[in-house]
Amino acid sequence: MIESADKRRLDGEFTELYRAHLRDVYSYSYYRVGNHHDAEDLTEQTFLQAYRHFERAQRESDGRPLRPWLIRIAHNLAANYYRDRSRKPQTRLEDAAVVSAPHDTETLVAGRQELKDVLVGVSNLPDDRREALIMRFALGMDNREIARALDRSEGATKVLIHRAIKQLEQELEGTGNG
Amino acid sequence: MAEMGDVEALLRSALVPVEPSEALSDRLQRGLSEITDLAVEELADWEISTMRDPRNWGPTVAAVVAGGVAAGGLVVLSARQRRRNRGSGPLRSLEHGMKEVSSDLRGRMRR
Repeated sequence: MIESADKRRLDGEFTELYRAHLRDVYSYSYYRVGNHHDAEDLTEQTFLQAYRHFERAQRESDGRPLRPWLIRIAHNLAANYYRDRSRKPQTRLEDAAVVSAPHDTETLVAGRQELKDVLVGVSNLPDDRREALIMRFALGMDNREIARALDRSEGATKVLIHRAIKQLEQELEGTGNG
Repeated sequence: MAEMGDVEALLRSALVPVEPSEALSDRLQRGLSEITDLAVEELADWEISTMRDPRNWGPTVAAVVAGGVAAGGLVVLSARQRRRNRGSGPLRSLEHGMKEVSSDLRGRMRR
């Protein structure tokens, strides 16, 4: 039976997880859905789901970091978001980054056409390649973490990222960047 | 011709982490506090009532507690989300599903 003390410990650990990875979950959500409103909803729902299953996830993680598990929840919720609404992002990734006034992204992107072209290129990638790049570059996840989040082997993940970068490289050549 | 290293550098510059707004951080922090407070409170109540009834001492009860306490907290956040009155949000169906599960679990806890 779960005792009160155990529950309090779990809650404390969940709070730590939340504080450590709020930005990761939000960044991932933002780059997936392309606007702050839905990214906030997705982030909230991700932590709700995570709280609900935290005890089991912690037990089964065998000491491994839980970030891939969190991102996988966000990934699945984002997939449901599009499936249920039968829609694609209403705001394109490059527009979302440019108009994100409260965030550093605007400063970085404004006036820099090549970065906009990169975001356009990322938007045009197949879903799995785009997600892998978001995890790698926006969240700084390594191959092992990305593999766990996408439920793939590390080898397959390495190939996925390599192909994503290669495809993007070819697209950028067409725009004169790179 | 673009090099892989160049593209990676561009990706690092373009895909920067996005900071959540303070409002979201505050809202989530409050929601989390509500959940954890309620969870401990409900668990204490449940433990007292359960210990009076030997029929509830079986091992299967632990699973109901673990799920019920967490789900009980979800009701608070779901109710708060409704108060936000943001119309039909994109994840409404998920929220509805969670509420049904949590109601069921809370009912089982109180039996």
